[in-house]
Amino acid sequence: MNVQARREADPTNQRPFYRQFQPEALQDALRRMYLIRRFEEGAEDSYMRGLIHGTMHLSIGQEASAVGSCMHLRKTDYITSTHRGHGHCIAKGADPKLMFAEFFGKEEGYCRGRGGSMHIADVESGNLGANGIVAGGIPIAVGAALAIKKQKRDDVAVSFFGDGASNEGAFHEALNMASIWKLPVVFVCENNKYGMSVSTERSMAVEHVADRAAGYRMPGVIVDGNRIEDVSEAVMEATARARAGEGPSLIECKTYRIRGHSKSDRNRYRSKEEIEEWAAKDPIRHFELELIARGILDEAQVDTIRAAAEQEIAEAIDFAREGTDPTPDEVTRDVYTVDLA
Amino acid sequence: MNAPAIRELSYAQAIQEALAQAMDADPRVFLMGEDIGVYGGAFQVTGDLVHRYGEDRVMDTPIAELGAAGVAVGAALAGCRPVFEFQFSDFSALALEQIVNQAAKIRFMLGGKVSVPLVMRFPAGSGTGAAAQHSQSLEAWLAHVPGLKVIQPSTPYDIKGMLLAAIDDPDPVMVFEHKLLYKMKGDVPAEPYRVPIGKAIVRRAGTGISIVATSIMVHRALEAAEILSGEGIDAEVIDLRTLRPIDTATIIASVKKTGRLACVYEGVKTLGMGAEISAMIAESEAFDYLDAPILRLGGAEAPIPYNPVLEKASVPQTEVIVARVRDLLQGRI
Repeated sequence: MNVQARREADPTNQRPFYRQFQPEALQDALRRMYLIRRFEEGAEDSYMRGLIHGTMHLSIGQEASAVGSCMHLRKTDYITSTHRGHGHCIAKGADPKLMFAEFFGKEEGYCRGRGGSMHIADVESGNLGANGIVAGGIPIAVGAALAIKKQKRDDVAVSFFGDGASNEGAFHEALNMASIWKLPVVFVCENNKYGMSVSTERSMAVEHVADRAAGYRMPGVIVDGNRIEDVSEAVMEATARARAGEGPSLIECKTYRIRGHSKSDRNRYRSKEEIEEWAAKDPIRHFELELIARGILDEAQVDTIRAAAEQEIAEAIDFAREGTDPTPDEVTRDVYTVDLA
Repeated sequence: MNAPAIRELSYAQAIQEALAQAMDADPRVFLMGEDIGVYGGAFQVTGDLVHRYGEDRVMDTPIAELGAAGVAVGAALAGCRPVFEFQFSDFSALALEQIVNQAAKIRFMLGGKVSVPLVMRFPAGSGTGAAAQHSQSLEAWLAHVPGLKVIQPSTPYDIKGMLLAAIDDPDPVMVFEHKLLYKMKGDVPAEPYRVPIGKAIVRRAGTGISIVATSIMVHRALEAAEILSGEGIDAEVIDLRTLRPIDTATIIASVKKTGRLACVYEGVKTLGMGAEISAMIAESEAFDYLDAPILRLGGAEAPIPYNPVLEKASVPQTEVIVARVRDLLQGRI
């Protein structure tokens, strides 16, 4: 859709998303999407250059669901994330410097280098952590929501997970409990079509993850996960419902991961054409064009935001490279709150 | 002022009293588990607590061990102090993901930024005719996981004090309760008190052999020691009480004194508590004091059978402890 067509589609800027958020908040959302994209490109580059070891799971192409969901959240709201969680961290307010320091295994990192890419957390900003176990974070989010209810707060817990996680028992058990106890939790499924290599067509008996919400008597909403306004409006409704004590919701963001599952992926299970088709639906470019069409930003301002994100990521990598390695005698540190020795 | 009241309570009553006192003292404490509300728990441990504390603090969960365990982990992370009851320890196999991958590791993975103050209770052990999926002793599984603490209190006094210590503890504590102990009675002070986690206790002093036992085996070892004393064998019985972290100092000191070691436990013998204690002694200065091979008496290399004769034969009984220790002392091992 070109700029003119966009104006015609929503001539008076009636969409709640653009009415609810001030221009600064919308610009900040774009900035965060760029930070996520550049963070992951920087991680990939650092891996290629041998600066970091292990593996990584990149969410390039899925930035809209992370940022769109977290725009409604306060610092006291919780999120639980996944192995593909860099975007959720940045969207919830994590500092890329400390994230890269973690990725580089340094003491300055969020987890003092003990967790790495799959366990980045920032508890102070309500991020209870990425998770290496598929669906591991879903019941934890429900537990955080239970705590919120017990403590009589009006916060919410948002649980991010993928289509693959919706085949795990933990997903079903957690949704059921959230619903019977009417807990303030929002389940955000980022359906990127594949659980590693197995497509949703081959792994799910229903077409949509959102169909599963019916089994737990909660709203199940499908949105275009590459459009931040679609994600954000659905999450806005779900968080309002949760804060009002009306219980959980399930939102399915249809999206796509442009990169492979992890570093071992040779893309044997999907076609180049499919990848290119989704790359053309880039969520960042879509959002930029919307902001320009609505007169919220011009191209020059977009360039400035993009350049600032690039600069911030470059500095974050420099910061991480200069970080401190833990010493071998500290291998058992923090296993327990009070050292057993 | 009156002296603190000491009454005789059953092991199950002592647990219930500890849970009530913990909830009285700290609004963050709540209980969750299957049928712990109006039913009172499969072993009547929670009893009428739901009527005293309400359904918000004595929460019945759906039959969903994995999800419910995860809810407990999340609640602990967000400022609550959940005490989770598995209906039978065997069912914890359904929840191992949340126990082993999440609860045990979150603090470490997050660089020490958070703690997971979670208590889980596991009714364990054989002797009730409940067969292979309701009778196991799986404590060694969890004791193999850094980040967890694993306790096996053997008396009403200890379960109350150790459960209160577990609820105070900032880290996940797994409490293994032998089902045959629930009805055992013993002196329990009325006021709250703590028995430290990680400390063994010498239940019977002796000079001829050190018998390290856990849970119900402590009582069988004490009975065996009485019988053996009539034969001139003076056994020291150590109640290990905590499987992780193990109190090595108490065991080493005892073995240096007696020169002999037997380990008695209900879990499967291979790769269990006995293997760990034996190896620990072999690595320690007590090794040079050993006058005989180390004896391990553990569960059979088989699931727990239904037939009562076989069920009894599958875990150490008093007479077996007597016979095997006698063999050891008389040089037949």
